[in-house]
Amino acid sequence: MTLQLATTFSQLSLSHYLVLSGLLFVIGLVGFLTRRNLIVMFLCTELMFQAAAIAFVASGRYWFNFTGQVFVIFILTVAAAEAALALALVVLLYRRRSTLNADDWMELCE
Amino acid sequence: MTSAIAIRIVEMLPAVPAVPMADVVEATSHWWAGFILWCPLISLALCGLCAAFRVKSKLPAWITVLSLACSFVLTIILGNLEDVPERIQLFEWISVDWVGGSFVANFALYIDSLTILWMSFVTGLGTLIALYASEYMETDVGKGYARFFSGVSAFLFAMGCLVMGDNLLMLYLGWEGVGFASYWLIGYYYRRPAAVAAAKKAFIVNRIGDLGLALAIYLIWSTFGTVQYNELITHLDAGTFAASYEHWSVEAIPYLLMLAAFGKSAQLPLYVWLPDAMEGPTPVSALIHAATMVTAGIYLIARMYPFFLLEPTSLHVVAWVGGLTALLAATIGMAQYDIKRIFAYSTVSQLGYMFLGLGVLTTYGASYHVFTHAFFKAVLFLAAGAVMHGFAGQLDLRKLSGLRRMKGWRIVAWTMFIGCVCLAGFPFTSGYFSKDAILAEAFVTQGPGFEALGWIAIFTAFLTAYYTFRVWCRVCAGPVHFEPGDELHDDGHHDEEHEFHPHAPRFAINFVLVVIALGALLASVPYFMTNEVSEIKGGWIADMVNDSTAAAGIPGHEEHPGTIAHDAGHAHHGSILGMDPHVAMYWISGVVGGIGLFLAFWLHLWRRQDADRLRSWLLARAWIRWLPVAMENKWYVDEVYHALVRAPLWLLGHIAYGFDRYIVDGLLVDGTARLPRLIARWFQPLQNGLLQSYAVTMAGGAALITLLMVLMMQFFEGGSVQ
Repeated sequence: MTLQLATTFSQLSLSHYLVLSGLLFVIGLVGFLTRRNLIVMFLCTELMFQAAAIAFVASGRYWFNFTGQVFVIFILTVAAAEAALALALVVLLYRRRSTLNADDWMELCE
Repeated sequence: MTSAIAIRIVEMLPAVPAVPMADVVEATSHWWAGFILWCPLISLALCGLCAAFRVKSKLPAWITVLSLACSFVLTIILGNLEDVPERIQLFEWISVDWVGGSFVANFALYIDSLTILWMSFVTGLGTLIALYASEYMETDVGKGYARFFSGVSAFLFAMGCLVMGDNLLMLYLGWEGVGFASYWLIGYYYRRPAAVAAAKKAFIVNRIGDLGLALAIYLIWSTFGTVQYNELITHLDAGTFAASYEHWSVEAIPYLLMLAAFGKSAQLPLYVWLPDAMEGPTPVSALIHAATMVTAGIYLIARMYPFFLLEPTSLHVVAWVGGLTALLAATIGMAQYDIKRIFAYSTVSQLGYMFLGLGVLTTYGASYHVFTHAFFKAVLFLAAGAVMHGFAGQLDLRKLSGLRRMKGWRIVAWTMFIGCVCLAGFPFTSGYFSKDAILAEAFVTQGPGFEALGWIAIFTAFLTAYYTFRVWCRVCAGPVHFEPGDELHDDGHHDEEHEFHPHAPRFAINFVLVVIALGALLASVPYFMTNEVSEIKGGWIADMVNDSTAAAGIPGHEEHPGTIAHDAGHAHHGSILGMDPHVAMYWISGVVGGIGLFLAFWLHLWRRQDADRLRSWLLARAWIRWLPVAMENKWYVDEVYHALVRAPLWLLGHIAYGFDRYIVDGLLVDGTARLPRLIARWFQPLQNGLLQSYAVTMAGGAALITLLMVLMMQFFEGGSVQ
């Protein structure tokens, strides 16, 4: 069983990881495009971030290049900072209009 | 290496004059001569204070008269000193040194007999005319009175710098200064559009000449390394700059100086400003635009005469321009009706005589004519001013008559008569001798067409006699008749509605008229005086010119070494009708002047209706009609200049304005600014505020880029593998 699992894992190639990353990205993208709730949209962007992070790690492991892992650290840092900022903004917007619908803020384009 | 540098430095050093400065005395003990300049300057400052404190009395006039009188007295004292020529340093003005050379222009006076001659009539007439103006301008007391007299003071200071300066830069300072004072005083009645236009015209036309002077000074400095007269003359005399005689700049200098002189002294291409300058108050016309400032051009050429002798062709040009100006201005003067304008054209014409004199190598004749003309033209203008003052600005000679029979006007009428006989060159008056000196010399000196020029000048003398006495016969003689002008004084003591009472001139005007008229008569005395220096006739005036830098042109005077000899002109003594021109001219000009005088008396005094008949006869004949029409319209010179210069410049200005407005501003500046906005307008709809639409655009864009990269990689890999 252990062996079987090990062989199964060893049979996992780079493309498996990239497919997973691509699926995650598409889920995040579709979620971002279809939903109107600001928090959900924000979560979707996080999903896309993680998709990119998986692709980086997998590629780094594949080529024994640690740059990919370094990038992931950066992505996590930026995502954390961005999450703090974006959530603060969402809170502010909610306080103004008591709504989380993105379409209610269309006039911000001007 | 070091020696090469040393040689270069030696080459770049200004050449040291090999000959010590001729016989110019450095006279520091005569520092008081500076007060000839400082007096008008102090007066300028005091008059300015009077204007600032709104002094409502004749104080500015008395300040000016007193200070100018001081200048005059100092000039006379200076002239009686023995040790001229001398140089009096007042203070260091500009002194710049650098490795390649130096530029030195000190505020110093160069006093030789030419300076004294000029300053004596400038300050003398200046004093008298300021005295005259104290009465003439009295209606402006408290208003423009101080402004007027500060202008006169400024003029005298500038004229002093021009004449007494020891270098060309000081001359330039004075040259621009008199130009500015002239602008200031022509535009004195600044509420009158014609006066403002005339002031601008005078200033702008003079700028053309000033450009010539500026270039000439630069060329002189770059060729000779100095702008001081005594050093320049020394260089020219000694021929230390022999190599540079071949240099083109030495040929160009006299032409540039000539341009400057033609501008200031109102000669042919640039004379148009002087008749218009009569818009100024009459004392200004008399002092600046007849007696003194306009002779600055003659002074410039006389002072720089050695330069002209280096380039004889330039003197031929001077002679011809002078002769033609004399004729043209005389023909215009014949057909005008405004007294002041007639005298203005007469001034242009007489200045033409002076240039003719300079051109035919008689600087003595030119300077003598300057001297006599200063007196008789001043008296003519001042008499015209008295008429204008008394008849409320009336200057039309058809509307004035019989002045000599009116009470209180006899002095004006008879001083004007004296001015007229002198101007007309009536035998044994001052104008007769000074004009003859020029006319005779035109026949003596050899030059291109000088003999024809002489006959032109004689014909002009006939015209001069005619138009001069046309004025006198119309205005001063004949039956008493007058119409007031349109400048009504609001002092209330005459009521225009009922009857106009001309107010006759009082003491100041009459006194000045008599003194200057006497001066005009006595100006013929020097001609009979014995000479101390030169052999030719002409008394102390000839001596004075002979002693100065203008001397080289006097016949019989020893030629300067180093200058191109003019002996050809003097060895062959020309003749006129088989007689010596100097003798024959007494008869010719006397007869010609007499004919003109007779004609004027006939047409304008004895049978005035004949003048009108003659005019209508001329106008009725198609073949001759153009002549009186052209003369009355000043030969359309103003119109021609308008078409040839002003209209193209106006057009050019408007084209440039349009180019700037629509191409530079409109297309380039605003167009560049408008471009981003235009492009932005195409993409603006994309920014609709819908977050999802941005995301779609972004994702689409990213997909597109990814697709493109994949395709490109496949293409390149396929290419590399092949």
